[in-house]
Amino acid sequence: MSFASKSPWVIHYDASSCNGCDIEVLAALCPGYDAERLGVINTGNPKHADIFLVTGSVNEQNISVVKEIYNQMIEPKVVIACGCCACTGGVFHDCYNVLGGVDKAIPVDVYAPGCAVRPEALIDAIIEGVGILDEKAKKLKSAEKEQA
Amino acid sequence: MGKKTIIPFGPQHPVLPEPLHLDLVVEDEKVVEAVPQIGFVHRGLEKLTETHDYNQFIYIAERICGICAFGHSMGYAETIESLMHVEIPPRAQYLRVILHELSRMHSHILWLGLAADAFGYESLFMHCWRLRERILDIFEMTTGGRVILSAVVVGGMVRDISNEMLADVRTRVQSIHDEYQQICNTFLNDSSVQSRLVGVGVIEHDDAVSLGMVGPFARASNVNNDVRSLGNGGYGQLSDFQPTLDSGCDCYARVKVRLQEVSQSARIIDEMISHIPDGDISVKVKGSPEAGAQAANTLEQPRGECYYYALGNGTKYLDRMRMRTPTSQNLAGMAQALAGCDLADVNMIVLTIDPCISCTER
Repeated sequence: MSFASKSPWVIHYDASSCNGCDIEVLAALCPGYDAERLGVINTGNPKHADIFLVTGSVNEQNISVVKEIYNQMIEPKVVIACGCCACTGGVFHDCYNVLGGVDKAIPVDVYAPGCAVRPEALIDAIIEGVGILDEKAKKLKSAEKEQA
Repeated sequence: MGKKTIIPFGPQHPVLPEPLHLDLVVEDEKVVEAVPQIGFVHRGLEKLTETHDYNQFIYIAERICGICAFGHSMGYAETIESLMHVEIPPRAQYLRVILHELSRMHSHILWLGLAADAFGYESLFMHCWRLRERILDIFEMTTGGRVILSAVVVGGMVRDISNEMLADVRTRVQSIHDEYQQICNTFLNDSSVQSRLVGVGVIEHDDAVSLGMVGPFARASNVNNDVRSLGNGGYGQLSDFQPTLDSGCDCYARVKVRLQEVSQSARIIDEMISHIPDGDISVKVKGSPEAGAQAANTLEQPRGECYYYALGNGTKYLDRMRMRTPTSQNLAGMAQALAGCDLADVNMIVLTIDPCISCTER
């Protein structure tokens, strides 16, 4: 796997995180950890993004927003669940308004654990995500060839 | 005038790290009315007091919000301590204030960065966040966590910070504060900052009072409501505390208040470390709150006054744990500040209340 094959653009959405993971996502992109040196750029437009960083668990109110952003993203795309809440629901798993991890709403490719997720874990997850992105792109190409 | 149009803003929006939805009613480029809609982050964690006892709930309380995490665990612990009539050792009080003021520094510098990003000053944003990393380094050195510190327990602190380490913290805070002066100068003297902020989102003093605004948002309208002045806990040991006030009433005044509060926090940390007494850091808390016992507590969070209320029922589980967080107090003020503003100023005004949606919705 070569992480230099793509400059992954990421979109970030806070599902129902406590903010801790959100500021760590931003911290990973800012000086100190500086994921931008690996070509990772934060974008607000789902159509520009390759990687979807979701923090926090899903609930009735935001599940449609998470699905909407995911559906608007162009293939190939990768979803990274950032932090314990996004992976499983975390400490809030038995709250009445929490449905569970992000995988209850959309397929998740990489799980980045931690409460709050550490920027190192995030960068690691993004690099793993780029590898998955490459594989997905290859599959898409070969499917296109078969169709032609 | 054109006809009224509604523009939806959020919940996914580049300027907001958190989901907040606004229906902006606009006429041409002027916002007539802003209707906030919340509920995207609601978890219902107050109900978890039914399944978690008062000792276990502290890690839930800390996760109400990841930016003011330490403040919430401290406010919750103080509430339970007054509910159960526990007196904590002075060293623990001092340590709490030191970590709480560090949280305020990191929260305000984070906010200054986001504000700089909102008015398009990307390099200033990066500098603020670079400086903030150094405060997180102090957290990591002293407690092991960057965001969620897990340093407070009902009855005191989880672990001590040695005097040598505190001396190191003192020099680090000093050097962060020295470097911070450059950022401060840019905010105060750069004409591009002023041209985006002066006269934007004005809320007069009387409106601020009647809307019940709290925190730096209200203090920028000259409302003296810093609950640190009450001297709860370790704050009572401060030799002198004057709340930071500004009578500008606009976005620029809010930036100035937060800029000064960072320096104020640095001074408080310095004073606290120089006077910290030796001794125990926690007392054992045994038993359970009496049935019907009530306790209330206020704490000045980075975003303003946070109010805590607890009701015991004779068991280890609380009957009710209630927080009233600063952002929920400030949303009415935000809607008022948005009415009549330019559409391009919306993101700036939304940011100046320093919205913390996960606190608000819990």
